[in-house]
Amino acid sequence: MARPATATSLSFEETAYALFLGLLAAICLLIAGKAWDIPMALHAGIGAIFAGIGVFLIINGALHRKAWTPELIDGKPNYNYGPIKFATIAAIFWGIAGFTVGLLIALQLCYPALNLDLPWTSFGRLRPLHTSAVIFAFGGNVLLATSFYVVQRTCQARMPGIVTPWFVVLGYNAFIVIAGTGYLLGVTQGKEYAEPEWYADIWLTIVWVVYLLTFLGTIWKRKEPHIYVANWFYLAFIVTVAVLHLGNNESLPISIYSSKSVQVFSGVQDAMVQWWYGHNAVGFFLTAGFLAIMYYFVPKRADRPVYSYRLSIVHFWALIFLYIWAGPHHLHYTALPEWASTLGATFSIILWMPSWGGMINGLMTLSGAWDKLRTDPVLRMLVVSVAFYGMSTFEGPLMSVKAVNSLSHYTDWTIGHVHSGALGWVGFISFGAIYCLVPWLWNRKEMYSLKLVSWHFWLATIGIVFYITAMWVSGIMEGLMWRAYDKLGFLEYSFIETVAAKHTLYLVRAFGGGLFLLGALIMAYNVYMTIRFSARQEHASASGLNLAPAE
Amino acid sequence: MAHREIDQHSGVETTGHDWDGLKELNNPLPKWWLYLFYACIVWAIGYWVLYPAWPGISGYTGGLLGHSNRLEALSDVASATANRNAGAKDIETLPFDKIEANPALLQFALANGKAAFANNCAPCHGAGALGSPGYPNLQAGDWLWGGKVDDIYQTIRVGVRSTSPDTRGVPMPAFGKDGILKKDEINDVADFVMTLSDPAYKAAGVAHGKQIFADNCASCHGEAGTGNQEMGAKNLTTKVHLYAWSKETVVAQITNPKLGVMPTWEGKLDPITLKSLAIYVHDLGGGQ
Repeated sequence: MARPATATSLSFEETAYALFLGLLAAICLLIAGKAWDIPMALHAGIGAIFAGIGVFLIINGALHRKAWTPELIDGKPNYNYGPIKFATIAAIFWGIAGFTVGLLIALQLCYPALNLDLPWTSFGRLRPLHTSAVIFAFGGNVLLATSFYVVQRTCQARMPGIVTPWFVVLGYNAFIVIAGTGYLLGVTQGKEYAEPEWYADIWLTIVWVVYLLTFLGTIWKRKEPHIYVANWFYLAFIVTVAVLHLGNNESLPISIYSSKSVQVFSGVQDAMVQWWYGHNAVGFFLTAGFLAIMYYFVPKRADRPVYSYRLSIVHFWALIFLYIWAGPHHLHYTALPEWASTLGATFSIILWMPSWGGMINGLMTLSGAWDKLRTDPVLRMLVVSVAFYGMSTFEGPLMSVKAVNSLSHYTDWTIGHVHSGALGWVGFISFGAIYCLVPWLWNRKEMYSLKLVSWHFWLATIGIVFYITAMWVSGIMEGLMWRAYDKLGFLEYSFIETVAAKHTLYLVRAFGGGLFLLGALIMAYNVYMTIRFSARQEHASASGLNLAPAE
Repeated sequence: MAHREIDQHSGVETTGHDWDGLKELNNPLPKWWLYLFYACIVWAIGYWVLYPAWPGISGYTGGLLGHSNRLEALSDVASATANRNAGAKDIETLPFDKIEANPALLQFALANGKAAFANNCAPCHGAGALGSPGYPNLQAGDWLWGGKVDDIYQTIRVGVRSTSPDTRGVPMPAFGKDGILKKDEINDVADFVMTLSDPAYKAAGVAHGKQIFADNCASCHGEAGTGNQEMGAKNLTTKVHLYAWSKETVVAQITNPKLGVMPTWEGKLDPITLKSLAIYVHDLGGGQ
């Protein structure tokens, strides 16, 4: 698009965003004034402030501009790292917030007094705050940061737009603020992982479409005719999450001035749509998106070619075709018709190998570079994450089989399964990516301290082991207690006895979660020192690394 | 663009693409991976043939086994119940004293009652049946509707202010809310009620309260305040109180009584379990 001659005048893009945000601020103010309930007034107020800040940033940015940003510098692409830096820091911030809330609710399950008898701090409100903070706030920002980094680097092109990439990153984080404060105020549409109400959903839709366009726009400008495998996975993640988000948030607000909406689907149809969404949030947000991270950061850090191009094609298409069917396995032995249950279970089993295709490609990429695991804790983190990925994607199909599910469903086994995937796979691949990204983005040779990375690695690994073994034992124990009969044929245990029996295991789980949080705090310190002071002299571990120099 | 090269370490050719320094090897699909993938697909097809699987326009493929989770669960429950109750059929017909005199039947009833209590009654009355504010303590020996095993059985069967047509429950008038008594009168009668369970209790309004009690309360709670289990009128001479023993709760209850509810369990639990529960609760220590 043609740009005005003077650098301080607004481009067409900037004008459009400024007008849109100005209009949005006005609408938000109107809604805030006429709101039916306090959360709506508060959220509309926050929306007006954020939109106003957006307008200010756009105009202020233009006024202080010395020259238009060039596409190329010395013939090399001038990558746009600003929004990526923001998303990286945001990921660390939300990650620590989310892990902390997770630790708190784990302790609430041990000591109910920690609910503090306040609605805002009750388990029911903090639990979605925890899940959304770790999945969407931490995971989402990691995906934004890495996807913008990877797509630019592998396409050798600068992201399009001046405001657009910032709009995606800041707009997404504004959504997180609205969603998070909503949980605390009790705003929810009662759908797991899709709790935010209609206005937050609409805002996320706008941000997400702009995200897709930014991503596609970068691919459009690529130099290499083939599109790198990581970008297929990012695209599958972005497109499918858009479809899932629209499908599962079919609701009608009772008024534009109210934070409450009415669902279009009801009963078992609603449950099926919810778990079609819920399972594919795992499949496309937490799997496809993070496989994309793996496909860039593992070969990059190991400095080896990807093991098999063919495997990446076959497992990619198999994965995205099959995942979308697996949702009904969350609803075995419910009002859902048995045929739907069968399809969910069988497609989950077929999904086992396509999932493992990613693990094989990740692990085999290390052949010829295994020795680096001894010296590079970042690579160790990436590789262990792939191992956890393999374990979770074996456990998932296993649990989808009805006979296993009849024991595992509604027990802590599910919690253990989720966390081996979330802490082990998603967490570790994210930490690994952050440890790679921070020196690259801030132009440092290496992280401030690889020893601290090693500490993070071991604390978190031991924490995960405590966490998931406690949940496996507790889950299988309660599943067996629920179905235990005495010699006369009566139920051996009441529900409350099964709850009481889990107390010690809940303490072990909280301990494991605490170690994981401690590791993340070490990471935050390490990242701060890297950005502030650059690498520290550590002769033992830093040698032997042959990293691509930062740009 | 494609510039294939041979990877030094593995001797495998690359695909010739280059993205930011990243390359790909042209390795084939691992055999074991591919065959396991096929095996999973074959297993799934077998499953679809045998079990309900694919939807059509107006139905679904039922599968060769004619399997149904729902029917299987129903028949499992029915046969488990039948097996369990095989030796205990007499509980349904025999009177309570005959059941209690038969050790085998009594043992069955207590085990049945224990399980049924833990899963149905404990959420309100507590795992140890000690109750909580608003939910009667079943071990205290102070019963609203009678502590004989037949009384307990009747209460479990019909509930209190429940949906059963035979439900127990006579509403106590809201003396304060409906303006039957004035505030100071309620205060005085509450003082008097306190003296019934605590002879040491002293207050100025007791004498006046005694008169108000005789005029307004004695018809249900009795001249001496000992209550009437026929209508669930509480015995006021004990310190066992549904909402904690204090003058404030007495005043609150006279002003605008809380009228607790208990569901009817008839129809939800089978007849043998209903009687077993009555025996179990009676046996807890508070039975009369």
